[in-house]
Amino acid sequence: MRKMKIDVKKYVSWIILVVLVLFFSAFSPRFRQISNAITILRQVSINGILAVGLVYVLVSGGIDLSLGPMLGFTGTLAAMLMVENGIPIFAACLIGIFAATLFGLFNGLSITATNMPPLISTLGMSYVIKAAAYLIHGGMPVYSLPKEMQTLGQGYVGPIPIPVIIFVVIALIGAFVLKRTSYGRGVFAIGSNQEASRLSGLNVKRIQVAVYTVAGFLAGLGGIIMMSRLNAGQPGTGADTSMDIIIGCVLGGVSASGGEGSIVGMVGGVLVMGVLSNGMTILGLNEYYQLLMKGAVLVISVGFDYYARTRKAEKTVRIVRSEGKKEKE
Amino acid sequence: MEKRTLLSMRNISKQYPGVLALDRVSLDIYEGETHALVGENGAGKSTFIKVLAGAIRPDEGEIELDGQTYSHITPALARHLGIEVIYQEFNLMPTLSVAENVFMGNYPKRYGIIDHREMERRTDEIFQSMGVRIDPRAAVSGLSMAYMQLVEIAKALAKKVRILIMDEPTAPLTAGEVEVLFQLMDKLHRQGVTIIYISHRLNEIFRVTERLTVIRDGCKIGTFRTGEMTREQLICQMVGRELNETFPRNTARTEEVALKVEDLSGNGVEDISFELHRGEILGFGGLVGAGRTEIMRVLSGVDARTGGRAWLEGKELSMKSPRISIREGIALIPEDRKRQGVVLSLPILENVILPNLKLVTKYSVINRRKEGALVSEQMKALRIAAPSMRQLAGNLSGGNQQKVVLAKWLLSRSRVLIFDEPTRGIDVGAKQEIYKLMCALCEQGASIIMISSEMEELLGMSDRIVVLCEGRQEGILKREDFSQEAVLALASGNQ
Repeated sequence: MRKMKIDVKKYVSWIILVVLVLFFSAFSPRFRQISNAITILRQVSINGILAVGLVYVLVSGGIDLSLGPMLGFTGTLAAMLMVENGIPIFAACLIGIFAATLFGLFNGLSITATNMPPLISTLGMSYVIKAAAYLIHGGMPVYSLPKEMQTLGQGYVGPIPIPVIIFVVIALIGAFVLKRTSYGRGVFAIGSNQEASRLSGLNVKRIQVAVYTVAGFLAGLGGIIMMSRLNAGQPGTGADTSMDIIIGCVLGGVSASGGEGSIVGMVGGVLVMGVLSNGMTILGLNEYYQLLMKGAVLVISVGFDYYARTRKAEKTVRIVRSEGKKEKE
Repeated sequence: MEKRTLLSMRNISKQYPGVLALDRVSLDIYEGETHALVGENGAGKSTFIKVLAGAIRPDEGEIELDGQTYSHITPALARHLGIEVIYQEFNLMPTLSVAENVFMGNYPKRYGIIDHREMERRTDEIFQSMGVRIDPRAAVSGLSMAYMQLVEIAKALAKKVRILIMDEPTAPLTAGEVEVLFQLMDKLHRQGVTIIYISHRLNEIFRVTERLTVIRDGCKIGTFRTGEMTREQLICQMVGRELNETFPRNTARTEEVALKVEDLSGNGVEDISFELHRGEILGFGGLVGAGRTEIMRVLSGVDARTGGRAWLEGKELSMKSPRISIREGIALIPEDRKRQGVVLSLPILENVILPNLKLVTKYSVINRRKEGALVSEQMKALRIAAPSMRQLAGNLSGGNQQKVVLAKWLLSRSRVLIFDEPTRGIDVGAKQEIYKLMCALCEQGASIIMISSEMEELLGMSDRIVVLCEGRQEGILKREDFSQEAVLALASGNQ
């Protein structure tokens, strides 16, 4: 019984994905090309990496709005360090990722220490991080990165872009840890019932802190890849990312109220977002229509899911006699 | 004496995934009567009243009231018809005031603006008619369970209630409060209100109801005049077999001290001292609010300690967090199962494994075969009735949920188990099983602390009883001194 239900939720995003792919393929030969598929994968990979961390946060019953701005911050910081301070590339990247991880850790600690709602705390932090990204370099982007820095975001292994490979590896690890380790079990448990989890001896706060820290780490990693792809440290990067990845997760059946979700579903959700942008661009629809579609797909698909669940319960009811209709007064 | 049939429910069926909760149940309720619905947990009583209240729609059947026939009832219709339910789980808004809750949905208004003064005055009136004193302006979140119950009843009275359905209303109440409730029901009865009453406490059913209907496994067994039945006959009808309501005797008590508690304070309770012997069932008696649950939460590391010490098998307990206490061998089986005992949206398997993840992991990777084997072993040993270990805890009856909680602690080999109201909301048959399990645990060398508000259970199961009153320890009774009077005398501080 349970298996059935979970599977449906997990694969809703994949069903939408198939429908969208068929649709765009029918209308555009360009969309159908293999090279375009690879382009889509490359486009979604950075958001996907961030979304892996977000799945953990959402399943644990939290939310994180500060992940997007971490992209810009990490990239600007690392670029600045390597271009202007002469710090070796590798070290600069590590420091960038480390800084994002610290932001994540701070999110986790502030939420567990004060019990403030994560929505508020990470909303505040998103502004702080955005500001920090501009302030550390006077609001200017950092250009002329070392050549070797481009491989990470722009290189290929065979036909596959490196960011895609990183995304796949992280998604696989993320799925394994979520489903098959005691830590993953703990994330589900605290997202479903925090008090019962605490009384069962789980260290609820430690799990929460870990969830935000990992999300920060992955946002840092995404930031470095983004910098490499843009060939610059752009402080404004990731302005819409926080919302995009939340939509991706929710499309993928990750419950915004905690305790439910999967990496497989999220990957489907993120791909739906990528296919939509790509397909509509190819069809020549401007950015505003893309926004419209993203929003519409979210509301329609999630709305349909909830509606179907309520409907199922009511379907069997019949009005016995005409008097029965009087109830609707 | 022919009475007019007020409500007639015919062939009501309701199918849930995997369970037929109601199987063509028909029932006539007379106007003005007090009618009991009895049956074991999971028999279908709650489903039945939810149908009547419009909380769920039946798959089949019809409901006739005032000559109208309905296929189902909606919450709005129920309210229009004067059907009010007081559920086991309260439907109160904790952040609002008592008065706002009582008049929820039909606030008295003046010029379109809520008239708070009028609302508070009328709330006060209702409370006066009930014979209780509650400040209408107090926030509901600050009230005890018993008072929340009274607010629920006031809420029903604030509307023109014709059929009042009460689902286990006395469960959170003390003896004195139960008396108030019964007087209140009597008053309503005289005013012509029809009452449908659900309770596991058979004494209450004999005391307050005129007729009763027995439901077993989703089927109606029969409707009887309460006065024409004996207690034994009723139990027999409920469980479908003869059942002795005696308590199994615990014979495992040793002279060896397992747990020693000295001047333990915290959570509003002060200076609790006792020794728990190995294999003993130590009862904790007292009125609701005497501090029994509170001090046990301190002992098991859930709430902070302000003073005192405790030793388990010679080792001092740190009482810092549930996590540490579990490791040290103390397990708490909380009163509020649904919120604190199990995670309703997770399957049995994951619930049982939750505190025992260390047993089945290597480098924190879960060995699925091993956890499956351990859990199925526990399910068999405890006779947890579920089609599989993948069943969600939320779909289980109260008795089976309690067994899931127990399975957690059996697996973690806890030395001291603290049962807080071990059989609250659990039916007669499953109760016996829980009692037997408690004795079996003592046989195996564990020791048990049992908080209970059910006098029979407390006297029947305990080897000794510690009685608390208003946050203080009033005394410890030995088995030879056990009597209802002795416990009550200590509990009310008359010593």
